[in-house]
Amino acid sequence: MTLTTPTGPASGPAPSRRKPSLLGRLPVVHQLRQSVGLQRGMLVAGLVITAAFVLTAILAPVIAPYGYGQLRDTDGAFGAQQPLGGSHLLGTTVGGYDVLSRVLWGSQTALFVIVVAVLLSIFAGVFLGLVSGYFGGWLDRVLVVVCDAIYAFPSLLLAIVMSIVISGGQSNLIGGVLAAAISITVVFIPQYFRVIRAETVRIKSEAYVESARVLGAGNSRIMFRHVLRNATRTLPLIFTLNSSEAILTLAGLGFLGFGIEPTAAAEWGYDLNKSLSDVTSGIWWTSLFPGLAIVLVVMGITLVGESLNDLADPRLRGRRAVGASSGLVAETSVVPGGTLIAGPGGLAGLETPATSTPSDEEGRS
Amino acid sequence: MTDNRTAPLQGSTTGPAQTVLQIDDLGVAFSTDAGAVRAVDGVSLTVKRGEVLAIVGESGSGKTVTAKTILGLLPETAVSQGAVLLTSRDGASSNNVITLSTQQLRQVRGTDVSMVFQEPSTALNPVYTVGWQIMEGIRAHGSVSRADARAKAIEILGRVGIPDPEVRVNYYPHQFSGGQKQRVVIAMALVLEPGLIVADEPTTALDVTVQAEILDLLRRCRDEFGTAIVLITHNMGVVADLADRVAVMYQGKVVEEADAQTLFSSPKNEYTQKLLASVPYVGQGIVRAAARADARAPGWAEQTPVVVADQIRIQYPGRLGRPGFVAVDGVSFSIRPGEVLGLVGESGSGKTTIGRAIAGLTRVTDGSLSVLGHEMNGFKERQFSRLRSDIGFVFQDPASSFNPLLTIAECVAEPLVVHGRAGNPASARKRVDELLEAVQLPRAFGDRYPHELSGGQRQRASLARALALEPALLIADEPTSALDVSVQARVLELFAELQREFGFAALFISHDLAVVDILADRIAVLYHGRLVEEGTGAEVLGAPQDPYTRRLLASLPVPDPAAQAIRRDELRRLRAAG
Repeated sequence: MTLTTPTGPASGPAPSRRKPSLLGRLPVVHQLRQSVGLQRGMLVAGLVITAAFVLTAILAPVIAPYGYGQLRDTDGAFGAQQPLGGSHLLGTTVGGYDVLSRVLWGSQTALFVIVVAVLLSIFAGVFLGLVSGYFGGWLDRVLVVVCDAIYAFPSLLLAIVMSIVISGGQSNLIGGVLAAAISITVVFIPQYFRVIRAETVRIKSEAYVESARVLGAGNSRIMFRHVLRNATRTLPLIFTLNSSEAILTLAGLGFLGFGIEPTAAAEWGYDLNKSLSDVTSGIWWTSLFPGLAIVLVVMGITLVGESLNDLADPRLRGRRAVGASSGLVAETSVVPGGTLIAGPGGLAGLETPATSTPSDEEGRS
Repeated sequence: MTDNRTAPLQGSTTGPAQTVLQIDDLGVAFSTDAGAVRAVDGVSLTVKRGEVLAIVGESGSGKTVTAKTILGLLPETAVSQGAVLLTSRDGASSNNVITLSTQQLRQVRGTDVSMVFQEPSTALNPVYTVGWQIMEGIRAHGSVSRADARAKAIEILGRVGIPDPEVRVNYYPHQFSGGQKQRVVIAMALVLEPGLIVADEPTTALDVTVQAEILDLLRRCRDEFGTAIVLITHNMGVVADLADRVAVMYQGKVVEEADAQTLFSSPKNEYTQKLLASVPYVGQGIVRAAARADARAPGWAEQTPVVVADQIRIQYPGRLGRPGFVAVDGVSFSIRPGEVLGLVGESGSGKTTIGRAIAGLTRVTDGSLSVLGHEMNGFKERQFSRLRSDIGFVFQDPASSFNPLLTIAECVAEPLVVHGRAGNPASARKRVDELLEAVQLPRAFGDRYPHELSGGQRQRASLARALALEPALLIADEPTSALDVSVQARVLELFAELQREFGFAALFISHDLAVVDILADRIAVLYHGRLVEEGTGAEVLGAPQDPYTRRLLASLPVPDPAAQAIRRDELRRLRAAG
């Protein structure tokens, strides 16, 4: 016997219950409405940071005072390691670039990598996981072993190899982004694969899949109509967590010197690498701001991801406290219109479904 | 342990008896996503020493929440008010459970009140021996030496009827059968001699023959240990068998409270009357089965059967180097057109496996199984799939048999679309509406999602889906075992009605003899993968030949305390004989 949980209207048409609007059912909006207290605070903070990041990336050409590769304007060269203030709000780097512009433009590169990496990995990972989990057998075993092997591989090392393969280590925008994105893809595919496969294996033994099989539905119909849509619930979660990992990998590549040339695109990891020597000479602004940008974006996306994770689990989800005598007794009788009127010997009770409310009232007294 | 044994108490409602538990105006509310929900509303109950109080009700009536409140086991989302006064066995102390701190609750649990859970296999920790788990309870309440605790564990295991307790105390839970595990759980509850045991559906997960043994044991708990028991159950037969007093709960309130005799013989409340009326009992269907048999056209028996099983054997592959598990062994039967065959057996008897084999979900390893003229031994899915339109299947759990992301109309239209009778769910809507009406669901329900329907409504929609293609054969695998008794009665009636109307042959699988009796023309009894008895309802239930069938029949508790007492003696005699 379960506890009393309101599982929707039990009797007759219930006018009070409306289907939530389309907006309310969107993944993140739905969770935002559902959340309370600290969880809501975390989610909102994450969403605000992420939104700011995306806006900055899109509007970088407008709001950045200079180009990412700009060394001089009409007044002449910027000069290296200029302090804060003046025409350079956050100073200039050792290479003579404007720090503020580099940080703002860097968000564009970061977003670019996230989009390419996730797009590349999500389709392959979901498809492989679905096929592997649904059909099982030797294909499943091979794919699982391959994925385990990839897990054992350090992702940064893989990224370096990719970077060398694609662009010989020295990269332009496309090459650098692709190197980061592909290496991240290779590491991410197993994650999507694992999650979707586990869900598929679970859903495969659900009664509704068996019932589809008994009806004679084909494999592809079962896979895409019944399994896939039910298996994708956790995707937004992995999506956000992977996004932050993508940024870190890109920054790591840049920091190790496999990044993107400053003339091709702005990249936070590269700037951090170049500002290493500044730190000892008291020039803090060249390293602080790109570093802060990385921390903020990763934190924002992770906050969203973690909040979504907590909200997805009814046991972790916070709720408003209720008063001791509040709430209505849920309509728990599972027979519409009260209990059976006729005993199992007669059919009289079955002829009037969902209308015999009087018996319901008396049952409650 | 033996010195304070109390004399057997019968009819403990009479005479001045000590009150063990007093619940005053208890109210419990839960905070959920949909706002506050009241589960228990103004419940007042008292339990006296050595008394069995049964709380009955359907799912969602608040009986389990009431029971959990007694032990302070409510989740954090619950808010309770009122008083739950628990008196210790010696009457020395009395606590209001609702106001106790966590620390104080720990003291009370085990010594004053303990719990027997529904599912014995999950209530025991699989990585510790049962002796260790019993000793842990003893040592948590007071300093007892290891040796003493062990001696006590052995003694209590012996007293709950575990053979060779000295050896078995070192066994792990998986080495016991389900019934024995429940005995161990009861031993754990009894070991500190609490004044009160809360038993939450203690026999629901057990087979009916094992259930009878556990009920015997609980009766002995009351008589020999003088323990009061709060028995939470939805099974009226269990109530009639064990309870001294009964409280009927409905929508969070106690609607009727009376001693068992009175409640069953003259229920006052209308809800109680209806609840009792919808409990199926053996012997209900015999007249109707005979009427159906008379109405059949001559020559009916000579028609080609829809299903012919000839010495089928189904083996599940074992682990590497181990022999496989034989689920079905040498079973033969046939189902003729328009006939309902009831397949009865306990868990592990292979009844579900046979149903799945007929639907092509499990492969037959040996023998011959012919379904609609197609041989299922070594069948190819490609050739069989066109026959699938003639087979309907109703699953046990209505909650999981619908794709949660499709509406009911889309789910019911699925067979029509798959077999090309309709291009898409929208164009099949007219036929879907007809089907929903046939199973007495309003048309508007087609636009709802499965979770918006109750269990009974979902199971009716499931019937609609199974009947969408007007199959010649319907396989129903425990279609009502997840439903409450009043809903079950309604679904069974509907099933009978539809069977009359559509005239399909059916294999009706159930563990409940009374349920099968209502619907089946013939009944087949399975035991450990073998068919032990087959015949009409009158033959099998009226004059059972096989000793197992006799035991099964005698184990089935009837919702009448007087009749149940007679049956209990009958069962004891059978057990002694067998």
